[in-house]
Amino acid sequence: MSILVNKNTRVIVQGITGQAGAFHTEKMLEYKTQVVGGVTPGKGGSAVHGVPVFNTVQEAVKATGANATVVFVPAQFAYSAVLEAVDAKLPLIVIITEGIPTLDMVRIRRRIARTPTRIIGPNCPGLITPGECKIGIMPGYIHKPGSIAVLSRSGTLTYDAVYQLTQAGFGQSTCIGIGGDPVIGSGFVDLLGLFQEDTQTEAIVLIGEIGGTEEEEAAAFIRARMTKPVFAFVAGKMAPKEKRMGHAGAIVAGGKGTAAEKCAILQAAGVTIIESPAAIGQAVKAAFSSKRPIRAPSGSR
Amino acid sequence: MKLHEYQAKQLFAAAGIPIPPGLNARTPEEAAGAFETVKRQCGNSPSFVANVKAQLHAGGRSKVGGVVAVRSPQEAAEHAKRLIGHQLVTKQTGPEGLPVTSVLVDERSTLAVEWYLALTIDRFHAEPVVLASRQGGMDIEEVAEADPSAIIREPVDLERGISDAGCARIAGTFGCTGGEVGVVTQIVRATWKAFEANDASLIEINPLGRLKDGRILAVDAKVTLDDNALFRHPDLAAWRDECQEHPLELKASRIGISYVGLDGNIGCLVNGAGLAMATNDIIKLSGGTPANFLDVGGGANVEQVANAFSIILSDARVKAILVNIFGGIMRCDWIAEGLLNATQRLEVTVPIVVRLQGTNVEQGRRLLGDAKRLNLISVDELADAAKKVVELAGAR
Repeated sequence: MSILVNKNTRVIVQGITGQAGAFHTEKMLEYKTQVVGGVTPGKGGSAVHGVPVFNTVQEAVKATGANATVVFVPAQFAYSAVLEAVDAKLPLIVIITEGIPTLDMVRIRRRIARTPTRIIGPNCPGLITPGECKIGIMPGYIHKPGSIAVLSRSGTLTYDAVYQLTQAGFGQSTCIGIGGDPVIGSGFVDLLGLFQEDTQTEAIVLIGEIGGTEEEEAAAFIRARMTKPVFAFVAGKMAPKEKRMGHAGAIVAGGKGTAAEKCAILQAAGVTIIESPAAIGQAVKAAFSSKRPIRAPSGSR
Repeated sequence: MKLHEYQAKQLFAAAGIPIPPGLNARTPEEAAGAFETVKRQCGNSPSFVANVKAQLHAGGRSKVGGVVAVRSPQEAAEHAKRLIGHQLVTKQTGPEGLPVTSVLVDERSTLAVEWYLALTIDRFHAEPVVLASRQGGMDIEEVAEADPSAIIREPVDLERGISDAGCARIAGTFGCTGGEVGVVTQIVRATWKAFEANDASLIEINPLGRLKDGRILAVDAKVTLDDNALFRHPDLAAWRDECQEHPLELKASRIGISYVGLDGNIGCLVNGAGLAMATNDIIKLSGGTPANFLDVGGGANVEQVANAFSIILSDARVKAILVNIFGGIMRCDWIAEGLLNATQRLEVTVPIVVRLQGTNVEQGRRLLGDAKRLNLISVDELADAAKKVVELAGAR
């Protein structure tokens, strides 16, 4: 089954005439993603890599029957581009754009509360259901269809993890980069539930990092709701306190949010902690090839 | 982007948060003049006392002479002279301290009570939140650890702001009654106004104080702005004080490289923040210590790789370098070319362990092998690469 996207997903690209938008449109088409249209105000009627361009999301959706959009629009204009997609009632909005003001994301989250719209990102690589649909900027060829879900706050580290899984003989159901910003559309908790319900997914690899509370919230959810095995690597054990490490999200504030604490909380929820970023593929392989139960039963169940 | 106290207080004044009368001074003469002006604003009392407060992007300054009471323009000038142009070392600055380029001269008032008031973003719930505590004037993280119930949280609705009930609870936590509830409500709402109008990511008033004479004032002010929103605020972006930033981190950020200096001797060059943190972690797991975190960014071309090397090598402690690149859109053969080019141009002599993975990895590794550089070692697996670089750094 996979989650959120599959071979029937029809995607439009907002900002398709920009450099990044055009480049990744080509890559998505190469992966056989159904890119059915693009949007750039004022460029309607043209085409990019054979994909028709429209002036508004509304027009694009009406003409193409799209049910997902990917946003490459520059940060200054991303807020209104996303609202346009929300107004067009697109159920899935993937925001690749980096540098969107936090309060804009807060406003967007408020706007989509109690609507069926789901947002992935911003500042993320996107999501992919291997062999079916790639919406984003990840290198497609490292993926392979299979039963492991990958859920991550990073970009290249996710690719590395996926690559390791593929090398170890484990394909993926759906891989999602949720983004590194302080406020994002969907967090671990929002997506873990979908993977729990997904019949194709047998186990989940979670890639966290220091700062924020995504991992802590995920641990509580896993303890209460998940029966599928979860593996986790948390980056940033070496990070000094109060230092930003690239992402706005990666801030260790006070006593909360260190990698060690996050690992301890996840482990207590029954998650298998992977210590080395080079051992992600091996850890999954070891668990699946042994006869032992993969997941230690947690106290609450 | 962090602001200085005097800058933060300008935003406070504009939003209607009451602050003590004060002026920023860049020279001892200006400090003496500021003393006279502020004294006049405060009614010219002969017993007038002012603070001279060193402006720097770190707390803990009062314990090291960064905040002093002065009773005359001469005294104000003396302390300004002592502070301006010097490094101030506090428990938050690190051993090298931070430079002081100005002092805030403001009314020193006797505080009867000190409270804590802050506004930030609750990431998980995606909403702004007010934090308030009766225990002001101290390190809020210590309060949070010792007695979490001493801090209350009130969410902010983007359209309706902070409810009357929420403001009343904040006033209640401060122990305010009667007319003071209205004063606190006004301050809380003005704080949200300042936060929203300037795209802040953190506003901290510690302490918010009730003076002996009954006034309630923001005695100190800490504001961090959302870097992503600075395009909307060119006037605030111009307030950036680059001398408060680590020189190498600043140099890196100007060219789109994210660099953080650490204490070890293994330089790291990585693409992507998560992978860069993971690379630091695996060096530690292998028994070494990283000299830096470095994310070279998405579009790492030859120039960018060369820039990254020159930044890493500015740290004389670096004994070996680990390059860890996962080529996605960025092809490994391009990265390899960039590496060869940059290391030759910069005449890098320390050993460099290169781990390439991803798109066009074979071509990339072949380029590195064919170059036959003695100090350039290509290793396929990350775990082996980390082990190798730790060994090389240890041997030197």
